[in-house]
Amino acid sequence: MDGIAPKKLTIGEIGLSVIMAGLAVFAIFVAAKAWTPEYAFHAYLFAAAAVAAVFAIANRYLSRPAITPQEIDGKPNYNFGPVKFATLAAMFWGIAGFTVGLYIALELAWPIFNLDLPWTSFGRLRPLHTSAVIFAFGGNVLLATSFYVVQRTCRARLAGDLAPWFVILGYNFFIVIAGTGYLLGITQGKEYAEPEWYSDSWLTIVWVTYLLVFLGTLWKRKEPHIYVANWFYLAFIVTIAVLHLGNNAAIPVSLFSSKSYIVWSGVQDAMIQWWYGHNAVGFFLTAGFLAIVYYFIPKRAERPVYSYRLSIIHFWALIFMYIWAGPHHLHYTALPDWAQTLGMTFSIMLWMPSWGGMINGLMTLSGAWDKLRTDPVLRMMVVSVAFYGMATFEGPVMSIKSVNSLSHYTDWGIGHVHSGALGWVAYVSFGAMYCLVPWLWNKREVYSLKLVNWHFWVSTIGIVFYITSMWVAGIMQGLMWRAYTALGFLEYSFVETTEAMHPMYIIRALGGGMFLAGAVIMAYNLYMTIRSPEPVALGNRAALVPGE
Amino acid sequence: MTHPTHTSPSIWQRHQVFEKNSILLVIGILVAISIGGLVEVLPLFYLKSTIEKVDGIRPLTPLELAGRDIYVREGCYLCHSQMIRPLRDEVERYGHYSLAAESMYDHPFQWGSKRNGPDLARVGGKYSDDWHRDHLRNPRSVVPASIMPGYPWLEKNLLDFAHIGDNMSVLAIEGVPYTPEMIASAVSDVKTQGSADDAATPAFAKRYPKAISRDLGGNNGKLTEADALIAYLQLLGTQVDFKLYDDKANIR
Repeated sequence: MDGIAPKKLTIGEIGLSVIMAGLAVFAIFVAAKAWTPEYAFHAYLFAAAAVAAVFAIANRYLSRPAITPQEIDGKPNYNFGPVKFATLAAMFWGIAGFTVGLYIALELAWPIFNLDLPWTSFGRLRPLHTSAVIFAFGGNVLLATSFYVVQRTCRARLAGDLAPWFVILGYNFFIVIAGTGYLLGITQGKEYAEPEWYSDSWLTIVWVTYLLVFLGTLWKRKEPHIYVANWFYLAFIVTIAVLHLGNNAAIPVSLFSSKSYIVWSGVQDAMIQWWYGHNAVGFFLTAGFLAIVYYFIPKRAERPVYSYRLSIIHFWALIFMYIWAGPHHLHYTALPDWAQTLGMTFSIMLWMPSWGGMINGLMTLSGAWDKLRTDPVLRMMVVSVAFYGMATFEGPVMSIKSVNSLSHYTDWGIGHVHSGALGWVAYVSFGAMYCLVPWLWNKREVYSLKLVNWHFWVSTIGIVFYITSMWVAGIMQGLMWRAYTALGFLEYSFVETTEAMHPMYIIRALGGGMFLAGAVIMAYNLYMTIRSPEPVALGNRAALVPGE
Repeated sequence: MTHPTHTSPSIWQRHQVFEKNSILLVIGILVAISIGGLVEVLPLFYLKSTIEKVDGIRPLTPLELAGRDIYVREGCYLCHSQMIRPLRDEVERYGHYSLAAESMYDHPFQWGSKRNGPDLARVGGKYSDDWHRDHLRNPRSVVPASIMPGYPWLEKNLLDFAHIGDNMSVLAIEGVPYTPEMIASAVSDVKTQGSADDAATPAFAKRYPKAISRDLGGNNGKLTEADALIAYLQLLGTQVDFKLYDDKANIR
């Protein structure tokens, strides 16, 4: 290290400070002229965050060394600060999102839980739940793991100085704006894309920076090959950008109004919405998390990825086919039949690349299956891949038009989503976080593997309660809707089918409660891991070699 | 891995260009993900069945639009679909299956994906205004087993429609046929539609044919959010006269 270099403000520090100061002034101006108090509140949040950013930059300048070395003693000087923040944020948002999920499950069982208040009614809380678990919990897991994996597999420090922090903090600020907006009734009314124009614009800036940091780190790599996990991260980042821009194209009513109208309408909007919606599943909740599979399972099992060629085939097949699958959300609607059939055909074909990924993940355990008995973290990740296989079989079945005519609009869809979301996405995330926290905080292992075991079993039983009750509820309601009496009349009124669901809704809430309880056990375990006084020497873990 | 050394490079070797060049990898990803979306989305802007005009379809009145904004704000679409499928039980339960044209001015569409409550595509005219008022305040007062939340604040909040003309201007840019005249008279049209015996009713009815105009709470000079939402609900599915609609003209 060059000890005599004088400390100077970088161009980035000056530039970002000026931009943030300008943003603060602009936001206060908007707040003063805002049409509604809700929008003014958001403008003030922007102003407060921008001012905080200026202070954070100044504070960081005072405490940082003059030059941050790229390497120390020939080893990469990894930038794990943003990774740590995103990991903790994921745990926080996970518990928040599961709690809201449990609450709205109780609302469906007992509507009195809506409390007759706007902020607690189902229609406002459901987007809060879905965004909190998908974008806040899942998103922070993806940010944390992608920034960790890309550094490790490239053997290079994260590109950019302030940029990685901007991505992590900017993304979490987006979550705060989006979530508080739902509670206040600010929504553009598109499922899984509810945030209004100004939140979307902010996210666009954050996301482009994310792509640049990720690419910039790839460009610094010491390995000739880009490791397979990074292909999946890259496909996730690039495609989400395309989907976000396409689906959220909107014209704001005014700079001083939170309201905008989507430029698309009717059938076209429906198709674009589910092109977005299904590929939020395909690229956010699948490609990104498959990247986790490709790094964390080999690492934890200490085995190489089963088949390199299989990973090539299923990567390209998966990203090519997923994009076509959206219309299966629109069977028998006013969308033209040819588009529905196309969507169904590709959804069925998608089964194959999905199982390609599952096979590659599971077979990586070859020669290490005994570890499932002793290592609950690895077991959690392997079970997640099994759930992935199950959900990606159920999905193609439900995309068949005749099946869909029964399952659509019912709780079967909710059950399907949760076998994917809880069993697959959350479990692989939990597994990755149980690996990451000891690695990042230099501990030998998590505080208690016994508690991991408890987490695994409590939440697995919870998932089983959840999905079985939703299968029963969905199929039952679908059959009741189409039931006829001997005289040829519809047998049940709508509300009779609602009444029939009540026991199933209670079981579902019980399952959700168990899943939440598991996550609370996990949070305690991670907290104790970070606190435990048991450091290990830095850098004793070898990076995974690409092409294994 | 074994590679044949005497022939041209294997597909696995060729693939290495993507593994060694991040920009090529990004381009490859963009190409792979573009094809499906383009094939499925672009034709929808040209096909007759998806851009067909059907008699009776008109843009929402300013009051109905204000009601629709509340429908979106409260997340009604998360429990109620607005899309009747051409299946026997649905057509008998809810009415004629939904046409593409019936949501052609919906920015965004509100077809929904889950029915925690019944479909609303043709709920217009099925219940009285008073029924809706009671139902929104406390759903269990009229449907004892309902699991719908109560929305008592809607009839307490006065409707804020000062900017409704601005909303219509944006929709006009996006292709909804709002004329400058409609936009200019937006605020007064809200009051006209929400109250009975308004002298301006004939001019309003000319702008928005067949729109209901009655005392939705406007007669005491105070339109609430519930009034606007009810105006929107009472419109749903009533625009097309299916006695005159030619099913064969729109084979999808």
